[in-house]
Order: sequence, then C-alpha cells, then structure tokens
Amino acid sequence: MVLAEAKEPNPEFTRKVVEAGGKTVNLCFQCGTCTGSCPSGRQTAFRVRKVVRRAQLGFEEDVLPSDDLWLCTTCYTCYERCPRGVEIVDIIMALRNMAVRKGYIADAHKKVAQLISKTGHLVSLRDEDKALRKKLGLQETPPTVFAHADALEQVKKIAQACGFDKLVETGGK
Amino acid sequence: MAKHAFFLGCIMPLRYPGIESSTREVMKSLGVELVDMQGASCCPAPGVMRSFDQQYWMAVAARNLAIAEKMGMDIVTICNGCFDTLFEVAHKLNHDPDLRKKINKILKDATGMEYNGTVKVRHFVELLYRDVGLEAIKSKVKGGKSLKAAVHYGCHFLKPSNIKKIDDAERPHIFDDIVEAAGMTSVVYKDKGTCCGAGGGVRARTPDVALKMTADNLKNMTSAGVEVIVDCCPFCHLQYDAGQVQLKEYKIPVLHLSQLLGLAFGLEKEKLGLEVHQVKVAL
Repeated sequence: MVLAEAKEPNPEFTRKVVEAGGKTVNLCFQCGTCTGSCPSGRQTAFRVRKVVRRAQLGFEEDVLPSDDLWLCTTCYTCYERCPRGVEIVDIIMALRNMAVRKGYIADAHKKVAQLISKTGHLVSLRDEDKALRKKLGLQETPPTVFAHADALEQVKKIAQACGFDKLVETGGK
Repeated sequence: MAKHAFFLGCIMPLRYPGIESSTREVMKSLGVELVDMQGASCCPAPGVMRSFDQQYWMAVAARNLAIAEKMGMDIVTICNGCFDTLFEVAHKLNHDPDLRKKINKILKDATGMEYNGTVKVRHFVELLYRDVGLEAIKSKVKGGKSLKAAVHYGCHFLKPSNIKKIDDAERPHIFDDIVEAAGMTSVVYKDKGTCCGAGGGVRARTPDVALKMTADNLKNMTSAGVEVIVDCCPFCHLQYDAGQVQLKEYKIPVLHLSQLLGLAFGLEKEKLGLEVHQVKVAL
C-alpha cells in the first residue's frame, strides 16, 4: 500500500536559490525557531520553516506561486534567532525575485513598482502635500527627483538597464 | 559637528512633512548641519522593491549613495526602511568587489556616476546617541509633560544586527534612553520590539494581516498604560497612525522621535505638522 507519493527533491532549483542570494539555505536543520518567532505566522498559516524546507528540497512549484511567500514582513526576528545562522530574509528575497520573474506578482505590488518606475518615488506628490510643505516652511516640491527632471531620467535609465520597467509592466517575462 | 547629507525618502516628505520640519529644526538646535541631496530618489524600499528585483534595488540605492559621496558627506536618515536599504547596499558593495563592479557598470551607463565605497550611512537615533549624546539632548529640554511612552524601534533600525552593530537587537536601550532624556518614561510592554506589521510589502498586499499585527501591539501597549507611541520610522508611524483609525478602538497619539524632541525643546507647534496625524495629538 502506498501511503503517500514522495516528491523527488530538485537540487537544480535549490542551486538557483543559492545563486539568487539564499546562500545559507542548506544550513537549516528545521528546528522551527523561525516559525516560533514570526509575528506574521501568529496571525496566519504562514510557516517560514516550511518555506525554507521547500526551498531546500527544490519544490519550486510549492514555493514560488505560494501566497505564503508574501506574508513575511522582513522583520528579521527569525534571522536574528536562527541557531544555524540561516539568513532567512535573504532566502525569502531570492525566492520572491524568482517568483516575480515567473509572473507571480500581486496587482497591489505591481502598482507600487510602477510608481517608482515612473516617478522615482513610492508615494505621489499631491497639491495638498505641496501646500502643507509650504505652510511648514519647507520647499514646496522636495529637492529630490520631483524637482530634478534630469535626475528622474537617470533613475528611469537604471530601470531600463535592469529590465525592471518591463518586469513590472507585464509581471514577468 | 560634521555636515551630513539628509536623505528624505518618500513617506516623510510627502505624507508626514511635519517629521521633516521637526528633524530640520531639532538637528539644527543640536548643532547637526543637514544638507539636501539634490535629485535623490526613493531608497528604494527594502521590503517591496528588494522583493521584486535585487539588482535594480541595489543600483538605485547605489545612485543615492553616489550623490552623497559626491557631496563628500555621510548620509543621515530618519527612516528605518531608507536606513536599511542604504546601509545594506553600501555594506554589500563595500564587501563584494565583483558585485560593486557589476552595479557600478549599470550606474555609470545610466548616470555617469560611480560609487566608491566611502559613505557611511547613519540612522539619526544612532547619530543622536553616539555623536550628539544624551547630555546635549537633556540640555535643550525645556520641560513639558512627562508621559508614559511606548518606544517602537521597528525592525530595520537595528536588524540585521550582524552588519549594523548598533545595539542589542533583542534588548536595545539607546532609543529608550533618548526618549527618557526628553523627559518621558519609556514603559515596558509585552512583545516590545515586535514588527508593526507594515513591512515586506505586507501592508500593500494584505493590509488585513498587517493590521492584525498592529492590533496585537496596540493591545499590549494599552495594557501597559501607554500615553504616546514614539517611533523612528515614518512607515511604522503611518501604520500606527492610520491603523488605529481603521481599528477604531485605540486613540494613542503617535509621534516620530523628531516631533517628540521638537515638543520637548519647545519648538513652535506649527513646525511639527501634527494636524495631519489621523489620531489627534493633543500633548
């Protein structure tokens, strides 16, 4: 009788995670200190230990499309407490980058990414912001890319060079 | 004291400009000269933007670092997110010559600038503690009410502590010390040091989950009889301020440390921009 069908590990995917910045992924011995420390896991079914295990075993299809991957607030509590020195946030970041390249990016995140791609900032400059800044004795338009068109062009060129504008326009290749 | 390049970021100048005016006034009165970084951009944010594409994240951060390098100054920021990105990218580029070469190639082609690894990235809480000192802060305090304060460090000011090396990440004290120097009492509350809930793109993607984390913290702060929340990050500030309005059951005023020091130093209230706070501040 077959109780469960075991999935085959895929070391190729694990290697990609290491290359993408998750270089300590293989050090994890699954103690669960991370999950026990996770403020997001207190509220949801997100278990950071399982994400790391899936990355270790190379279960790409379990990890990249998963919503769990996006419940980490990057608070670093697990990273600080890990007895094996696994740089868990770096692993999450590597996995998220890989997920986005596969097209797994939420609309809300796409909007944020498009805003920085277009304006160089994550928050818009509205007339009411300018008015309040003026009232507080600040320069109406902050002296950032908002006030320097040539500087904004530079930031846009970086987005083009990294393929970031296309990546977030289409949400993947 | 040395001049510092003042990195503005996004949330402070655009949603809580009172934090910016307070910071400028407070630093001036403590003898720290802040110089604007013309043409700087978003840091970019360590949670969301780093999640999407680390190469882009590093290249845009390197451009911001290069602007400060050209000014010949270290960077100071009042935001944990900006601090994390700029600190961490500077650290990576300083310690990995191959990576620096790769990022500098992108940077040079796009901007003509390169980053040569000479800029220190400072969080203003750490700068106040180490360079200005508690005595200098105390000497500026004009009195005022002493309140029970929940000091919220946030995540990216001290962590990851293996590279930041500022204070103990589990039992820090430097921010509490400054808040007490300003005449407040920093109270102990359950799970102090826990994330506000907003980071890592969670607020943008699953705001309900972020809010649950915020609610837990607010409950713990309330149990400890807290009268004011003091943060050192505009994103945590936004999460606590807007979050309380969404949750409806809490009304604890939220101050960024710059605003608290502004009040303690007796700055004009009009300069603190408290009227845009969603939870009314009547201190």
